[in-house]
Amino acid sequence: MKTITVNIVTPDGPVYDSEVSMVIAVTATGEMGILPGHIPTVAPLGIGAVRLKKENSTELAAVSGGFLEVRPDKVTILAQSAELATDIDLARAQESARRAEAMLQANKEEVDFQRAELALRRAKNRINVYEGNI
Amino acid sequence: MASLRDIKNRITSTKKTSQITRAMQMVSASKLNRAELNAKAFVPYMEKIQDVVASIAAGSNDTSHAMMTTRPVQKTAYLVITSDRGLVGGYNSNILRTVMSKIRQRHTSNDEFVILSIGRKGRDFFAKQGMTILDSAIALPDHPSFADIKEITRKAVGMFSDGTYDEVYMYYNHFVSAIQQEVTEKKVLPLTDIETTGSTASYEFDPSAEAILEVLLPQYAESLIFGAVLDGKASEHAASMTAMKSATDNASELIDGLTLSYNRARQAAITQEITEIVGGAAALE
Repeated sequence: MKTITVNIVTPDGPVYDSEVSMVIAVTATGEMGILPGHIPTVAPLGIGAVRLKKENSTELAAVSGGFLEVRPDKVTILAQSAELATDIDLARAQESARRAEAMLQANKEEVDFQRAELALRRAKNRINVYEGNI
Repeated sequence: MASLRDIKNRITSTKKTSQITRAMQMVSASKLNRAELNAKAFVPYMEKIQDVVASIAAGSNDTSHAMMTTRPVQKTAYLVITSDRGLVGGYNSNILRTVMSKIRQRHTSNDEFVILSIGRKGRDFFAKQGMTILDSAIALPDHPSFADIKEITRKAVGMFSDGTYDEVYMYYNHFVSAIQQEVTEKKVLPLTDIETTGSTASYEFDPSAEAILEVLLPQYAESLIFGAVLDGKASEHAASMTAMKSATDNASELIDGLTLSYNRARQAAITQEITEIVGGAAALE
């Protein structure tokens, strides 16, 4: 079976480097599936899960803020933060989800809603990826 | 001449100081190791992002973005990366001196520029000079992760986009080796000198090159700053290590000198005692 190399890199170091048979990522315009031999592409990524399909298993990674660079034999995901499902600190994600929700509900003027909402989405994304419920 | 007891006290206290500086030297050495590893871990990200920016910039000549175009400069921002604490030799003073001389060269009044400061030393210094500090990040951990400095990089890039200032220069100590750090000036924004590498693939852009640049360029500028922070941290630990090493060396030199004069004083006291005894015995005869 043909495979494609996937690299996930963040400013804090590489997170993932392996051969997979298919990558599915959430880009700004919708979900995008990449198979080996894909045309060179660059697309911005939203907050979401990246699915890394191998022959008979699927790995998940939570990614936020970055973009995807595709070459025929290689996919590079550059994200400001990225974690594999196994590396996610669930307690921390739940805590920040709670905090963000409290901030949204507080309905005060000084609350930066956009930021709180983004924080909430990131936290929810991590929780979903951890639980494998994508 | 100092008494025996005085000299002895000084020897003991100098010894204690040297123990502390030696410990600090070793702490810095191990921190330097980690800082170097962190800086290394960041390289692949930076290279990749540079690659993509370069290939987009090279591939499509008509794409221009506000962050890539030079506009008439009314206000300049200086992003200065210093340490939070002292005991780092010339690390902070070198950088602050360079920034001050650049500012004096380029500007005549304090209204023409603003300061963004990473590190307490820089913030305190510029506040004392009566300059405008728009934002500062202090008490960074010894090994900052991207999340730690995200706040200030986002603001620094955001305020360029909304027109608060028209160019951003960054100053930091570049880590050359454990004994050498260089004050480096880098123009962060506008992004005019993007290095183009040889391997430029032509890409499809989804949805468009402009939309990609919208995401990519702020991220690129932020990474430049993060890279400088990592570099600066490595330099800081190196500078601290060197400073503590010379402090330890100086202390042992001092101890050697003091021990010598202690022994001399002791000898003098013994000689005097003998002379007195001999003198006393001679008087009895």
